[in-house]
Amino acid sequence: MRDIVTPGDAAIHLDHVTKVFGKAGSATAYRVVDGLNLDVRPGQMLALLGKTGCGKSTIFNMIAGLTEPTSGTVRVSGRDPFADFDSFRGRIAIVFQNDRLLPWRTAIQNVELGLEMLEVPAAERRATAQLWLTKLGLGGHEHDYPHALSGGMRQRVSIARAFATNANILLCDEPFSALDESTAGKLRAEFTRLVKENGKTAVFITHSISEALEIGDRIVVLKRPAKIAYDVSFDTGTGQEERELIRSRIGDVLAV
Amino acid sequence: MSETSPQAGSAPRANALLAAVRRLGTSVLPFVVVILIWQFASLFFPRFLFPSLIDVFWRCIDIFSSGAMFADVLATIFRILAGLAGAFIVGGALALLMVRSRAVDNFLSPILTLFQGIPALSWVVFAIIWFHGVEFRIFFIMVMTTLPAFTFQVLGALRGMSRDLMEMVFSFRPTRLKLFRVMIAPAILPDILTAWKVNLGNASRVVVVAELVGATGGVGYELLQQQQLFDMAGALAWTLQLVFFVLIVQGALTLIENTVFRYRAVSERAI
Repeated sequence: MRDIVTPGDAAIHLDHVTKVFGKAGSATAYRVVDGLNLDVRPGQMLALLGKTGCGKSTIFNMIAGLTEPTSGTVRVSGRDPFADFDSFRGRIAIVFQNDRLLPWRTAIQNVELGLEMLEVPAAERRATAQLWLTKLGLGGHEHDYPHALSGGMRQRVSIARAFATNANILLCDEPFSALDESTAGKLRAEFTRLVKENGKTAVFITHSISEALEIGDRIVVLKRPAKIAYDVSFDTGTGQEERELIRSRIGDVLAV
Repeated sequence: MSETSPQAGSAPRANALLAAVRRLGTSVLPFVVVILIWQFASLFFPRFLFPSLIDVFWRCIDIFSSGAMFADVLATIFRILAGLAGAFIVGGALALLMVRSRAVDNFLSPILTLFQGIPALSWVVFAIIWFHGVEFRIFFIMVMTTLPAFTFQVLGALRGMSRDLMEMVFSFRPTRLKLFRVMIAPAILPDILTAWKVNLGNASRVVVVAELVGATGGVGYELLQQQQLFDMAGALAWTLQLVFFVLIVQGALTLIENTVFRYRAVSERAI
């Protein structure tokens, strides 16, 4: 069940990546990621699973180019996302744990944000934002400010914002963890459908085994400090029995 | 069949009107009380101590209607606004440098704190000794007295920006200009407007001191003339010019706040 991706084919390639917070070698130095090797092929939906504090978000930030690795190589579509930060404009989109909507912008203006960075003309920007809001069931709420929307609606706006730029790589940091199970379930299904429909490569951070099984077509379980403890790929053809085996195996790995 | 009472619509309207009158009354009442006390005192004290407010009112009209006198008011207003704008631009630039570099912050913070401890009158004396031009002296005094507050207020606003929102905007790889336009400017605007409101009051007090000592025109200079003539009605009328100005600008800033910050959620329960 292990997925084989050669580095040249990978949409995301991490080679012996280590991240240490604090001064290396000092008593306060804290190793969060330890020689991680990971390749994600284009169109794959990878669920990164691990206990709190295992370095999931640090890996996420390194792939996003927001944090530089202490050592090792991070490549997204063959380029360094930290060093070539600006060249990834419009190529990587992020859905955060909380919605992170700008409170001074209406729902539609928030969705337009990424398109503004790409210098998309105003009319086209507005039409694209409107389309994504409608797709996510927010028609009629375009001109509402975030404070007037529910938590689920706000997270829908943030998903629309991520999809609107048509980025190839989608990074999601526990985007449904702050929502009630019913809303999270609906959004998760919508999200998975949209990712598949639009052929995105997605890295989805979660600490829920059920969510990882529902969303991912590959699950990587991390131990602390971040290093792969278990790596499994599956597809829609994977039977319930096999999924239960995967669940059980992940549970065992996380229990260690 | 349904019937509509003619009173049904008028009752809420009457309540709204009553609430509006009550709000107006609450805001006007303190002024009415002060005016009545002053007017009452004017009946028992000499004119040079407590002149009738009717006299003060006519003196105000004189100032408004006389071109030369109103030019003095405008000169003072210009000095306040120029000083505030200068302090805001320099303070904003210093705050940006301080937020970008800890070394600059460590160097400038003690100096600005030191400046904060220097009385406005000392800056007036320094300006008279150091500079010749009246306008530059006043500009210098205004900038030096309001610079530390502006710098620290803008610095606080920049440091108070949400790290989460900043990271979110960064994830879209904005240019510096776009980052400023979509994130930094709207995030710090509320604090900047508050800083202007606070410094406007300070500046209107300082400008009078500066003009009192070092100018040949303006509200401060005119106040000095009234003091020499022992003309309390004149002194009050000139003082009121500044009060009117501060009230008008504060009102304009509040209007801007109400328009620009309409995105803010309003709780039905007050603090």
